[in-house]
Amino acid sequence: MAPPSSFGDKVFKWLTLAMALAVVALVFLVGWQLARGSSLAIRRFGFHFLATSTWDPVAEQFGALPFIYGTAVSSLIALIIAVPLSIATAVYLTELAPPWIRQPIISLIEMLAAIPSVILGLWGIFVMIPWLRDHPFPFLKKIFGWTPFFREPIYGVSMLAGGIIIAVMILPIITSVSREILRSVPNLQREAAYALGATRWEVTRIAVLSYAKKGLFGAVILGLGRALGETMAVTMVIGNTPQIRASLFAPGYTLASVIANEFTEATTDLYLQALFEIGLVLFGITILANLLAQLLLKTLGSTIKSGAVQ
Amino acid sequence: MESAAIIDPPMITPVSLPQQQVTSDSGSADVAPERPHAFAVERLSIFYGEKKAIEDVTLTIPSKMITAIIGPSGCGKSTLLRSLNRMHELVPNTRIEGKVLFAGKDIYAPEVDPVVIRRRIGMVFQKSNPFPTMSIAENVLVGLKLNGVRDRAFLRERLEQSLRMAALWDEVKDDLHKPGISLSGGQQQRLCIARAVAVEPEVLLMDEPASALDPIATAKIEELIHELSSNYTVVIVTHNMQQAGRCSDYTAFLYLGRLIEFASTTKIFTNPSERQTEDYITGRFG
Repeated sequence: MAPPSSFGDKVFKWLTLAMALAVVALVFLVGWQLARGSSLAIRRFGFHFLATSTWDPVAEQFGALPFIYGTAVSSLIALIIAVPLSIATAVYLTELAPPWIRQPIISLIEMLAAIPSVILGLWGIFVMIPWLRDHPFPFLKKIFGWTPFFREPIYGVSMLAGGIIIAVMILPIITSVSREILRSVPNLQREAAYALGATRWEVTRIAVLSYAKKGLFGAVILGLGRALGETMAVTMVIGNTPQIRASLFAPGYTLASVIANEFTEATTDLYLQALFEIGLVLFGITILANLLAQLLLKTLGSTIKSGAVQ
Repeated sequence: MESAAIIDPPMITPVSLPQQQVTSDSGSADVAPERPHAFAVERLSIFYGEKKAIEDVTLTIPSKMITAIIGPSGCGKSTLLRSLNRMHELVPNTRIEGKVLFAGKDIYAPEVDPVVIRRRIGMVFQKSNPFPTMSIAENVLVGLKLNGVRDRAFLRERLEQSLRMAALWDEVKDDLHKPGISLSGGQQQRLCIARAVAVEPEVLLMDEPASALDPIATAKIEELIHELSSNYTVVIVTHNMQQAGRCSDYTAFLYLGRLIEFASTTKIFTNPSERQTEDYITGRFG
Protein backbone atom coordinates (compact mmCIF):
# COMPACT_ATOMS: atom_id res chain seq x y z
CA MET A 1 0.00 0.00 0.00
CA ALA A 2 1.24 3.42 -0.87
CA PRO A 3 2.06 5.58 2.13
CA PRO A 4 -0.54 8.29 2.67
CA SER A 5 1.89 11.08 2.02
CA SER A 6 2.88 10.09 -1.52
CA PHE A 7 0.07 11.98 -3.24
CA GLY A 8 0.87 15.14 -1.32
CA ASP A 9 4.54 14.75 -2.18
CA LYS A 10 3.71 14.51 -5.86
CA VAL A 11 1.54 17.59 -5.82
CA PHE A 12 4.22 19.43 -3.90
CA LYS A 13 6.90 18.40 -6.36
CA TRP A 14 4.93 19.38 -9.48
CA LEU A 15 3.70 22.59 -7.95
CA THR A 16 7.16 23.79 -7.03
CA LEU A 17 8.47 22.70 -10.42
CA ALA A 18 5.74 24.71 -12.12
CA MET A 19 6.61 27.75 -10.05
CA ALA A 20 10.29 27.42 -10.87
CA LEU A 21 9.54 27.04 -14.57
CA ALA A 22 7.20 30.03 -14.46
CA VAL A 23 10.11 32.25 -13.44
CA VAL A 24 12.21 30.98 -16.34
CA ALA A 25 9.27 31.35 -18.70
CA LEU A 26 8.76 34.92 -17.55
CA VAL A 27 12.33 35.84 -18.47
CA PHE A 28 11.94 34.36 -21.92
CA LEU A 29 8.56 36.00 -22.35
CA VAL A 30 9.96 39.42 -21.56
CA GLY A 31 12.83 38.88 -23.97
CA TRP A 32 10.49 37.66 -26.69
CA GLN A 33 8.08 40.55 -26.24
CA LEU A 34 10.91 43.05 -26.43
CA ALA A 35 12.25 41.41 -29.57
CA ARG A 36 8.81 41.34 -31.15
CA GLY A 37 8.15 44.96 -30.26
CA SER A 38 11.35 46.01 -31.95
CA SER A 39 11.34 43.74 -34.97
CA LEU A 40 10.86 46.61 -37.41
CA ALA A 41 13.80 48.54 -36.03
CA ILE A 42 15.96 45.44 -35.91
CA ARG A 43 15.25 44.76 -39.58
CA ARG A 44 15.78 48.37 -40.56
CA PHE A 45 19.04 49.09 -38.73
CA GLY A 46 20.45 45.67 -38.03
CA PHE A 47 23.83 45.74 -36.33
CA HIS A 48 24.18 49.48 -37.02
CA PHE A 49 21.76 50.12 -34.19
CA LEU A 50 24.41 49.00 -31.73
CA ALA A 51 27.34 50.59 -33.51
CA THR A 52 26.22 54.09 -34.49
CA SER A 53 25.87 57.20 -32.40
CA THR A 54 23.23 59.30 -34.14
CA TRP A 55 19.95 59.53 -32.27
CA ASP A 56 17.71 61.72 -34.37
CA PRO A 57 14.01 60.86 -34.14
CA VAL A 58 13.05 63.52 -36.69
CA ALA A 59 15.32 62.07 -39.34
CA GLU A 60 14.45 58.58 -38.09
CA GLN A 61 18.07 57.77 -37.44
CA PHE A 62 18.58 55.62 -34.37
CA GLY A 63 21.92 54.49 -33.01
CA ALA A 64 22.16 53.19 -29.44
CA LEU A 65 25.90 53.40 -28.87
CA PRO A 66 25.87 56.57 -26.69
CA PHE A 67 23.29 54.94 -24.41
CA ILE A 68 25.20 51.70 -24.15
CA TYR A 69 28.31 53.70 -23.40
CA GLY A 70 26.48 55.82 -20.84
CA THR A 71 25.02 52.81 -19.05
CA ALA A 72 28.38 51.05 -18.97
CA VAL A 73 30.39 54.04 -17.79
CA SER A 74 27.90 55.28 -15.20
CA SER A 75 27.61 51.77 -13.76
CA LEU A 76 31.38 51.40 -13.69
CA ILE A 77 31.77 54.71 -11.85
CA ALA A 78 29.08 53.60 -9.42
CA LEU A 79 30.87 50.32 -8.74
CA ILE A 80 34.24 52.01 -8.30
CA ILE A 81 32.74 54.29 -5.68
CA ALA A 82 30.27 51.94 -4.01
CA VAL A 83 32.20 48.66 -3.78
CA PRO A 84 35.07 49.78 -1.53
CA LEU A 85 32.67 51.83 0.59
CA SER A 86 30.13 49.03 0.98
CA ILE A 87 32.63 46.31 1.73
CA ALA A 88 34.52 48.49 4.18
CA THR A 89 31.22 49.31 5.89
CA ALA A 90 30.29 45.64 6.03
CA VAL A 91 33.70 44.74 7.47
CA TYR A 92 33.37 47.47 10.07
CA LEU A 93 29.89 46.32 11.03
CA THR A 94 30.71 42.63 11.34
CA GLU A 95 34.28 42.71 12.59
CA LEU A 96 34.88 45.91 14.50
CA ALA A 97 31.82 47.90 15.49
CA PRO A 98 30.66 47.67 19.10
CA PRO A 99 27.01 46.53 19.30
CA TRP A 100 25.63 49.93 20.34
CA ILE A 101 26.86 51.56 17.16
CA ARG A 102 26.16 48.61 14.88
CA GLN A 103 22.38 48.65 14.96
CA PRO A 104 21.95 52.37 14.29
CA ILE A 105 24.24 52.16 11.26
CA ILE A 106 22.41 49.14 9.89
CA SER A 107 19.06 50.91 10.29
CA LEU A 108 20.37 54.01 8.55
CA ILE A 109 21.66 52.00 5.62
CA GLU A 110 18.33 50.24 5.32
CA MET A 111 16.61 53.62 5.35
CA LEU A 112 18.84 54.75 2.51
CA ALA A 113 17.54 51.80 0.49
CA ALA A 114 13.98 52.84 1.24
CA ILE A 115 14.28 56.36 -0.19
CA PRO A 116 12.30 56.56 -3.46
CA SER A 117 14.68 57.12 -6.32
CA VAL A 118 12.83 60.21 -7.52
CA ILE A 119 13.47 61.84 -4.14
CA LEU A 120 17.11 60.93 -4.41
CA GLY A 121 17.08 62.49 -7.88
CA LEU A 122 15.62 65.72 -6.51
CA TRP A 123 18.27 65.77 -3.84
CA GLY A 124 20.78 65.16 -6.61
CA ILE A 125 19.59 68.15 -8.60
CA PHE A 126 19.24 70.64 -5.78
CA VAL A 127 21.92 69.62 -3.34
CA MET A 128 24.44 67.21 -4.79
CA ILE A 129 25.02 68.81 -8.17
CA PRO A 130 25.55 72.40 -6.95
CA TRP A 131 27.93 71.08 -4.34
CA LEU A 132 29.81 68.87 -6.81
CA ARG A 133 30.04 71.77 -9.21
CA ASP A 134 31.50 74.11 -6.62
CA HIS A 135 33.87 71.88 -4.72
CA PRO A 136 34.88 68.33 -5.78
CA PHE A 137 34.69 68.85 -9.55
CA PRO A 138 37.04 71.88 -9.73
CA PHE A 139 39.34 70.04 -7.36
CA LEU A 140 39.37 66.95 -9.60
CA LYS A 141 39.97 69.17 -12.59
CA LYS A 142 42.91 70.80 -10.90
CA ILE A 143 44.55 67.51 -9.96
CA PHE A 144 43.59 65.27 -12.87
CA GLY A 145 42.91 67.90 -15.53
CA TRP A 146 45.78 66.55 -17.61
CA THR A 147 43.86 63.30 -18.26
CA PRO A 148 41.05 63.29 -20.84
CA PHE A 149 38.56 62.22 -18.14
CA PHE A 150 38.49 65.50 -16.24
CA ARG A 151 39.23 68.02 -18.91
CA GLU A 152 36.06 69.62 -20.29
CA PRO A 153 33.93 72.43 -18.82
CA ILE A 154 31.98 71.65 -15.70
CA TYR A 155 28.19 71.90 -16.04
CA GLY A 156 27.23 69.93 -12.99
CA VAL A 157 24.91 67.48 -14.68
CA SER A 158 27.32 64.87 -15.99
CA MET A 159 28.26 61.24 -16.35
CA LEU A 160 30.16 61.51 -13.08
CA ALA A 161 27.13 62.90 -11.24
CA GLY A 162 25.06 60.04 -12.67
CA GLY A 163 27.63 57.51 -11.50
CA ILE A 164 27.70 59.03 -8.03
CA ILE A 165 23.94 58.95 -7.63
CA ILE A 166 23.89 55.30 -8.76
CA ALA A 167 26.61 54.59 -6.23
CA VAL A 168 24.38 56.01 -3.50
CA MET A 169 21.55 53.79 -4.71
CA ILE A 170 23.48 50.53 -4.86
CA LEU A 171 25.41 51.11 -1.66
CA PRO A 172 22.73 49.65 0.64
CA ILE A 173 22.26 46.44 -1.31
CA ILE A 174 25.98 45.71 -1.62
CA THR A 175 26.52 46.56 2.05
CA SER A 176 23.75 44.40 3.41
CA VAL A 177 24.54 41.43 1.19
CA SER A 178 28.24 41.73 2.04
CA ARG A 179 27.36 41.93 5.70
CA GLU A 180 25.38 38.71 5.50
CA ILE A 181 28.26 37.04 3.67
CA LEU A 182 30.80 38.17 6.26
CA ARG A 183 28.53 37.09 9.07
CA SER A 184 28.39 33.63 7.55
CA VAL A 185 32.16 33.22 7.86
CA PRO A 186 32.53 30.66 10.67
CA ASN A 187 33.95 32.03 13.89
CA LEU A 188 36.32 29.10 13.87
CA GLN A 189 38.10 30.71 10.94
CA ARG A 190 38.61 33.92 12.87
CA GLU A 191 39.78 32.01 15.92
CA ALA A 192 42.31 30.11 13.81
CA ALA A 193 43.87 33.40 12.80
CA TYR A 194 43.65 34.96 16.26
CA ALA A 195 45.35 31.90 17.73
CA LEU A 196 48.33 32.49 15.45
CA GLY A 197 48.73 35.93 16.96
CA ALA A 198 47.06 37.82 14.14
CA THR A 199 45.94 41.39 14.66
CA ARG A 200 42.38 42.39 13.82
CA TRP A 201 43.32 43.55 10.36
CA GLU A 202 45.25 40.34 9.71
CA VAL A 203 42.33 38.25 10.92
CA THR A 204 40.03 40.16 8.58
CA ARG A 205 42.40 39.69 5.69
CA ILE A 206 43.43 36.06 6.00
CA ALA A 207 40.42 34.53 7.69
CA VAL A 208 37.42 36.64 6.75
CA LEU A 209 37.88 38.36 3.40
CA SER A 210 39.64 35.51 1.65
CA TYR A 211 37.02 33.08 2.92
CA ALA A 212 34.22 35.34 1.74
CA LYS A 213 35.62 36.63 -1.53
CA LYS A 214 33.33 34.55 -3.72
CA GLY A 215 30.28 35.72 -1.88
CA LEU A 216 31.46 39.32 -1.92
CA PHE A 217 31.90 39.08 -5.66
CA GLY A 218 28.29 37.95 -5.85
CA ALA A 219 27.25 40.98 -3.81
CA VAL A 220 29.07 43.25 -6.26
CA ILE A 221 27.32 41.61 -9.20
CA LEU A 222 23.98 42.13 -7.53
CA GLY A 223 24.91 45.79 -7.21
CA LEU A 224 25.92 45.90 -10.86
CA GLY A 225 22.54 44.49 -11.87
CA ARG A 226 20.88 47.33 -10.00
CA ALA A 227 23.25 49.91 -11.43
CA LEU A 228 22.62 48.92 -15.04
CA GLY A 229 18.87 49.26 -14.71
CA GLU A 230 18.73 52.29 -12.42
CA THR A 231 16.50 54.88 -14.09
CA MET A 232 14.83 57.74 -12.30
CA ALA A 233 17.57 59.34 -10.24
CA VAL A 234 20.14 58.97 -13.01
CA THR A 235 17.84 60.55 -15.54
CA MET A 236 17.58 63.58 -13.29
CA VAL A 237 21.32 64.22 -12.96
CA ILE A 238 23.13 62.74 -15.94
CA GLY A 239 22.23 65.48 -18.44
CA ASN A 240 20.46 63.33 -21.02
CA THR A 241 22.64 64.08 -24.00
CA PRO A 242 23.31 61.19 -26.36
CA GLN A 243 27.04 61.60 -26.90
CA ILE A 244 30.23 59.73 -26.26
CA ARG A 245 32.78 61.88 -24.52
CA ALA A 246 35.86 60.84 -22.62
CA SER A 247 35.31 63.59 -20.07
CA LEU A 248 33.27 62.50 -17.07
CA PHE A 249 32.19 66.14 -16.63
CA ALA A 250 30.28 65.95 -19.91
CA PRO A 251 26.59 65.05 -19.86
CA GLY A 252 25.62 61.55 -20.92
CA TYR A 253 22.60 59.36 -21.35
CA THR A 254 21.75 55.82 -20.33
CA LEU A 255 19.61 53.09 -21.89
CA ALA A 256 17.11 53.20 -19.05
CA SER A 257 16.94 56.99 -19.08
CA VAL A 258 16.17 57.31 -22.75
CA ILE A 259 13.28 54.88 -22.49
CA ALA A 260 11.82 56.73 -19.53
CA ASN A 261 12.28 60.14 -21.15
CA GLU A 262 11.13 59.49 -24.68
CA PHE A 263 8.48 56.81 -24.43
CA THR A 264 5.63 59.28 -24.31
CA GLU A 265 7.02 61.27 -27.22
CA ALA A 266 7.50 58.31 -29.52
CA THR A 267 4.98 59.26 -32.13
CA THR A 268 6.15 57.16 -35.05
CA ASP A 269 6.24 53.39 -35.18
CA LEU A 270 9.92 53.28 -35.88
CA TYR A 271 10.71 55.58 -32.96
CA LEU A 272 8.71 53.37 -30.61
CA GLN A 273 10.35 50.28 -32.04
CA ALA A 274 13.79 51.82 -31.54
CA LEU A 275 12.97 52.43 -27.90
CA PHE A 276 11.81 48.82 -27.61
CA GLU A 277 15.12 47.75 -29.04
CA ILE A 278 16.91 49.89 -26.46
CA GLY A 279 14.98 47.92 -23.87
CA LEU A 280 16.05 44.69 -25.52
CA VAL A 281 19.69 45.79 -25.41
CA LEU A 282 19.43 46.69 -21.73
CA PHE A 283 17.77 43.36 -21.04
CA GLY A 284 20.55 41.59 -22.95
CA ILE A 285 23.33 43.48 -21.17
CA THR A 286 21.89 42.72 -17.75
CA ILE A 287 21.59 39.02 -18.53
CA LEU A 288 25.02 38.96 -20.11
CA ALA A 289 26.59 40.62 -17.07
CA ASN A 290 25.02 38.04 -14.82
CA LEU A 291 26.08 35.12 -17.00
CA LEU A 292 29.59 36.45 -17.18
CA ALA A 293 29.67 36.85 -13.44
CA GLN A 294 28.54 33.29 -12.91
CA LEU A 295 31.16 32.04 -15.32
CA LEU A 296 33.80 34.03 -13.52
CA LEU A 297 32.55 32.76 -10.20
CA LYS A 298 32.86 29.19 -11.43
CA THR A 299 36.45 29.57 -12.58
CA LEU A 300 37.29 31.53 -9.45
CA GLY A 301 35.57 28.85 -7.40
CA SER A 302 37.28 25.90 -9.06
CA THR A 303 40.71 27.17 -8.11
CA ILE A 304 39.62 27.24 -4.51
CA LYS A 305 37.34 24.29 -4.51
CA SER A 306 39.14 21.51 -6.36
CA GLY A 307 38.05 18.93 -3.85
CA ALA A 308 37.06 21.41 -1.22
CA VAL A 309 33.60 20.07 -0.61
CA GLN A 310 34.18 16.98 1.45
CA MET B 1 66.58 21.46 32.30
CA GLU B 2 67.35 20.23 35.79
CA SER B 3 68.81 23.51 36.92
CA ALA B 4 65.82 25.38 35.57
CA ALA B 5 63.65 23.11 37.61
CA ILE B 6 65.42 24.26 40.71
CA ILE B 7 65.61 27.94 39.88
CA ASP B 8 62.21 28.55 38.39
CA PRO B 9 59.67 27.55 41.04
CA PRO B 10 60.84 29.78 43.88
CA MET B 11 60.16 32.79 41.70
CA ILE B 12 56.55 31.87 41.36
CA THR B 13 55.64 29.86 44.39
CA PRO B 14 55.83 32.69 46.92
CA VAL B 15 53.01 34.44 45.11
CA SER B 16 50.90 31.38 44.74
CA LEU B 17 51.53 29.96 48.19
CA PRO B 18 48.54 31.43 50.02
CA GLN B 19 46.18 30.18 47.37
CA GLN B 20 47.78 26.77 47.35
CA GLN B 21 46.64 26.66 50.91
CA VAL B 22 43.05 27.18 49.82
CA THR B 23 42.99 24.29 47.43
CA SER B 24 45.10 21.95 49.44
CA ASP B 25 42.01 20.93 51.39
CA SER B 26 40.42 19.95 48.13
CA GLY B 27 43.21 17.51 47.49
CA SER B 28 45.57 19.17 45.06
CA ALA B 29 48.46 19.11 47.49
CA ASP B 30 50.35 16.55 45.48
CA VAL B 31 50.82 18.79 42.42
CA ALA B 32 54.48 18.32 41.78
CA PRO B 33 56.02 21.67 42.69
CA GLU B 34 59.49 20.42 41.75
CA ARG B 35 58.60 21.01 38.09
CA PRO B 36 58.88 24.49 36.56
CA HIS B 37 55.53 26.10 35.91
CA ALA B 38 54.33 27.26 32.57
CA PHE B 39 51.23 28.86 34.03
CA ALA B 40 50.21 29.85 37.50
CA VAL B 41 46.51 30.56 37.62
CA GLU B 42 45.62 32.52 40.72
CA ARG B 43 42.09 32.89 42.06
CA LEU B 44 40.78 33.24 38.53
CA SER B 45 37.11 34.02 37.94
CA ILE B 46 35.69 34.64 34.49
CA PHE B 47 32.36 36.26 33.71
CA TYR B 48 30.39 36.34 30.50
CA GLY B 49 28.17 39.32 31.19
CA GLU B 50 26.46 38.40 34.45
CA LYS B 51 27.18 34.71 34.14
CA LYS B 52 30.10 33.32 36.06
CA ALA B 53 31.82 30.70 33.93
CA ILE B 54 34.88 30.12 36.12
CA GLU B 55 34.92 30.63 39.84
CA ASP B 56 38.01 31.16 41.92
CA VAL B 57 40.29 28.67 40.21
CA THR B 58 43.86 28.33 41.36
CA LEU B 59 46.28 25.88 39.80
CA THR B 60 49.78 25.64 38.40
CA ILE B 61 50.37 24.06 35.04
CA PRO B 62 53.75 22.34 34.76
CA SER B 63 56.09 23.10 31.90
CA LYS B 64 56.74 20.58 29.08
CA MET B 65 54.09 18.21 30.33
CA ILE B 66 50.59 17.39 29.30
CA THR B 67 47.86 18.74 31.51
CA ALA B 68 44.31 17.63 30.84
CA ILE B 69 41.22 19.57 31.87
CA ILE B 70 38.19 17.34 32.25
CA GLY B 71 34.63 17.80 33.39
CA PRO B 72 31.06 17.57 32.18
CA SER B 73 29.74 19.84 29.40
CA GLY B 74 29.36 23.46 30.43
CA CYS B 75 31.71 23.15 33.39
CA GLY B 76 33.92 25.92 32.03
CA LYS B 77 36.85 23.82 30.87
CA SER B 78 37.00 25.46 27.46
CA THR B 79 36.76 28.89 29.06
CA LEU B 80 39.61 28.07 31.43
CA LEU B 81 41.72 26.86 28.50
CA ARG B 82 40.93 29.92 26.42
CA SER B 83 41.75 32.23 29.30
CA LEU B 84 45.34 30.98 29.09
CA ASN B 85 45.93 32.86 25.82
CA ARG B 86 43.10 35.37 26.16
CA MET B 87 41.06 33.77 23.39
CA HIS B 88 37.92 33.94 25.52
CA GLU B 89 38.06 37.72 25.16
CA LEU B 90 36.79 37.37 21.59
CA VAL B 91 33.35 36.92 23.13
CA PRO B 92 32.06 40.38 24.00
CA ASN B 93 31.40 41.39 27.62
CA THR B 94 33.89 39.11 29.30
CA ARG B 95 35.48 40.11 32.55
CA ILE B 96 38.06 38.41 34.69
CA GLU B 97 39.18 38.57 38.27
CA GLY B 98 42.44 37.11 39.48
CA LYS B 99 45.63 36.45 37.61
CA VAL B 100 47.15 34.17 35.02
CA LEU B 101 50.92 34.18 35.26
CA PHE B 102 52.75 32.92 32.21
CA ALA B 103 56.49 32.52 32.72
CA GLY B 104 56.04 34.60 35.84
CA LYS B 105 54.23 37.54 34.22
CA ASP B 106 50.54 38.34 34.40
CA ILE B 107 49.15 38.05 30.89
CA TYR B 108 46.22 40.27 31.92
CA ALA B 109 48.42 43.16 32.98
CA PRO B 110 47.25 46.32 31.18
CA GLU B 111 50.43 46.73 29.17
CA VAL B 112 50.24 43.22 27.73
CA ASP B 113 49.07 42.89 24.12
CA PRO B 114 46.98 39.73 23.61
CA VAL B 115 48.37 39.42 20.07
CA VAL B 116 51.85 38.89 21.50
CA ILE B 117 50.53 36.39 24.04
CA ARG B 118 48.85 34.36 21.31
CA ARG B 119 52.03 34.23 19.29
CA ARG B 120 53.69 32.53 22.25
CA ILE B 121 50.75 30.33 23.17
CA GLY B 122 49.28 28.47 20.20
CA MET B 123 45.93 26.79 19.97
CA VAL B 124 44.29 23.86 18.23
CA PHE B 125 40.52 23.70 18.05
CA GLN B 126 37.77 21.14 18.37
CA LYS B 127 36.99 21.26 14.67
CA SER B 128 39.84 21.45 12.24
CA ASN B 129 39.90 24.89 10.68
CA PRO B 130 42.45 25.19 7.91
CA PHE B 131 42.05 28.31 5.79
CA PRO B 132 40.07 27.08 2.79
CA THR B 133 41.61 29.40 0.23
CA MET B 134 45.16 28.40 1.17
CA SER B 135 47.23 25.42 0.11
CA ILE B 136 48.71 22.99 2.62
CA ALA B 137 52.02 24.85 2.55
CA GLU B 138 50.38 28.26 2.88
CA ASN B 139 48.33 27.04 5.80
CA VAL B 140 51.41 25.90 7.68
CA LEU B 141 53.38 29.04 6.94
CA VAL B 142 50.67 31.66 7.40
CA GLY B 143 51.70 32.40 10.99
CA LEU B 144 55.33 32.96 10.02
CA LYS B 145 54.31 35.18 7.14
CA LEU B 146 52.20 37.23 9.54
CA ASN B 147 55.36 37.69 11.54
CA GLY B 148 57.07 39.06 8.47
CA VAL B 149 59.30 36.07 7.69
CA ARG B 150 60.16 36.18 3.96
CA ASP B 151 63.31 34.07 3.75
CA ARG B 152 62.33 31.28 1.34
CA ALA B 153 64.90 28.75 2.42
CA PHE B 154 63.91 29.22 6.02
CA LEU B 155 60.20 28.94 5.23
CA ARG B 156 60.80 25.79 3.21
CA GLU B 157 62.76 24.25 6.07
CA ARG B 158 60.18 25.22 8.66
CA LEU B 159 57.41 23.84 6.47
CA GLU B 160 58.94 20.39 6.44
CA GLN B 161 59.91 20.54 10.08
CA SER B 162 56.40 21.56 11.19
CA LEU B 163 54.70 18.96 9.05
CA ARG B 164 57.06 16.30 10.36
CA MET B 165 56.33 17.39 13.89
CA ALA B 166 52.64 17.00 13.16
CA ALA B 167 53.32 13.54 11.67
CA LEU B 168 51.87 14.68 8.36
CA TRP B 169 54.92 15.18 6.16
CA ASP B 170 55.01 11.73 4.60
CA GLU B 171 51.37 11.91 3.66
CA VAL B 172 51.40 15.34 2.04
CA LYS B 173 54.96 16.02 0.87
CA ASP B 174 53.97 15.64 -2.80
CA ASP B 175 50.78 17.66 -2.47
CA LEU B 176 51.95 20.76 -0.68
CA HIS B 177 50.27 23.06 -3.19
CA LYS B 178 46.88 21.37 -2.82
CA PRO B 179 44.19 23.10 -0.78
CA GLY B 180 44.36 22.38 2.93
CA ILE B 181 40.72 21.38 2.96
CA SER B 182 41.33 18.61 0.42
CA LEU B 183 42.73 16.51 3.26
CA SER B 184 40.76 14.08 5.42
CA GLY B 185 39.41 15.20 8.78
CA GLY B 186 42.28 13.70 10.79
CA GLN B 187 44.87 15.07 8.39
CA GLN B 188 43.26 18.51 8.54
CA GLN B 189 43.54 18.47 12.31
CA ARG B 190 47.22 17.53 12.06
CA LEU B 191 47.64 20.31 9.52
CA CYS B 192 46.22 22.69 12.12
CA ILE B 193 48.72 21.36 14.62
CA ALA B 194 51.51 21.92 12.09
CA ARG B 195 50.22 25.45 11.57
CA ALA B 196 50.27 26.04 15.32
CA VAL B 197 53.79 24.68 15.88
CA ALA B 198 55.27 26.44 12.83
CA VAL B 199 55.45 29.72 14.75
CA GLU B 200 57.32 27.90 17.55
CA PRO B 201 55.04 28.75 20.43
CA GLU B 202 55.99 27.82 23.96
CA VAL B 203 52.64 26.30 24.78
CA LEU B 204 49.99 24.44 22.79
CA LEU B 205 46.42 24.70 23.99
CA MET B 206 44.13 22.03 22.59
CA ASP B 207 40.38 22.29 22.83
CA GLU B 208 39.04 18.75 22.38
CA PRO B 209 41.32 18.23 19.39
CA ALA B 210 40.09 14.73 18.61
CA SER B 211 36.40 14.95 19.41
CA ALA B 212 35.38 15.19 15.74
CA LEU B 213 37.63 12.35 14.60
CA ASP B 214 37.28 8.61 14.18
CA PRO B 215 39.19 6.27 16.55
CA ILE B 216 42.17 5.73 14.23
CA ALA B 217 42.67 9.44 13.61
CA THR B 218 42.17 10.02 17.33
CA ALA B 219 44.92 7.54 18.19
CA LYS B 220 47.26 9.36 15.81
CA ILE B 221 46.51 12.71 17.40
CA GLU B 222 47.03 11.30 20.88
CA GLU B 223 50.36 9.84 19.89
CA LEU B 224 51.29 13.17 18.40
CA ILE B 225 50.33 15.04 21.57
CA HIS B 226 52.56 12.73 23.51
CA GLU B 227 55.50 13.46 21.22
CA LEU B 228 54.84 17.18 21.27
CA SER B 229 55.10 17.27 25.03
CA SER B 230 58.87 16.79 24.86
CA ASN B 231 59.10 20.26 23.29
CA TYR B 232 55.96 22.00 24.39
CA THR B 233 53.78 22.52 27.37
CA VAL B 234 50.47 21.04 26.30
CA VAL B 235 47.13 21.82 27.90
CA ILE B 236 44.28 19.75 26.54
CA VAL B 237 40.57 19.96 27.20
CA THR B 238 38.70 16.75 26.71
CA HIS B 239 35.35 15.30 27.63
CA ASN B 240 36.76 11.88 26.94
CA MET B 241 38.08 10.55 30.22
CA GLN B 242 39.93 7.66 28.64
CA GLN B 243 41.76 10.18 26.54
CA ALA B 244 42.76 12.21 29.57
CA GLY B 245 43.87 9.01 31.27
CA ARG B 246 45.85 7.84 28.27
CA CYS B 247 47.73 10.90 27.30
CA SER B 248 48.14 13.36 30.16
CA ASP B 249 50.54 13.74 33.05
CA TYR B 250 48.29 15.95 35.15
CA THR B 251 44.55 16.25 35.26
CA ALA B 252 42.31 19.04 36.48
CA PHE B 253 38.69 18.18 37.17
CA LEU B 254 36.29 21.08 36.78
CA TYR B 255 32.67 21.08 37.82
CA LEU B 256 30.26 24.01 37.53
CA GLY B 257 33.10 26.43 37.00
CA ARG B 258 35.02 25.34 40.07
CA LEU B 259 38.23 23.37 40.25
CA ILE B 260 37.33 20.29 42.21
CA GLU B 261 40.64 18.53 42.04
CA PHE B 262 44.02 18.90 40.38
CA ALA B 263 46.61 16.16 40.68
CA SER B 264 48.72 13.76 38.72
CA THR B 265 46.61 11.84 36.24
CA THR B 266 47.46 8.57 37.97
CA LYS B 267 46.13 9.87 41.26
CA ILE B 268 42.97 11.33 39.75
CA PHE B 269 42.12 8.09 38.04
CA THR B 270 43.14 5.64 40.75
CA ASN B 271 42.81 7.42 44.04
CA PRO B 272 41.01 10.75 43.79
CA SER B 273 40.72 12.74 46.99
CA GLU B 274 37.30 14.17 46.20
CA ARG B 275 34.04 12.31 46.16
CA GLN B 276 32.83 14.33 43.14
CA THR B 277 35.92 13.43 41.14
CA GLU B 278 35.40 9.78 41.88
CA ASP B 279 31.75 9.97 40.89
CA TYR B 280 32.63 11.62 37.60
CA ILE B 281 35.51 9.26 36.81
CA THR B 282 33.40 6.22 37.48
CA GLY B 283 30.64 7.57 35.32
CA ARG B 284 28.05 8.24 37.96
CA PHE B 285 27.29 11.64 36.44
CA GLY B 286 28.33 13.90 33.60
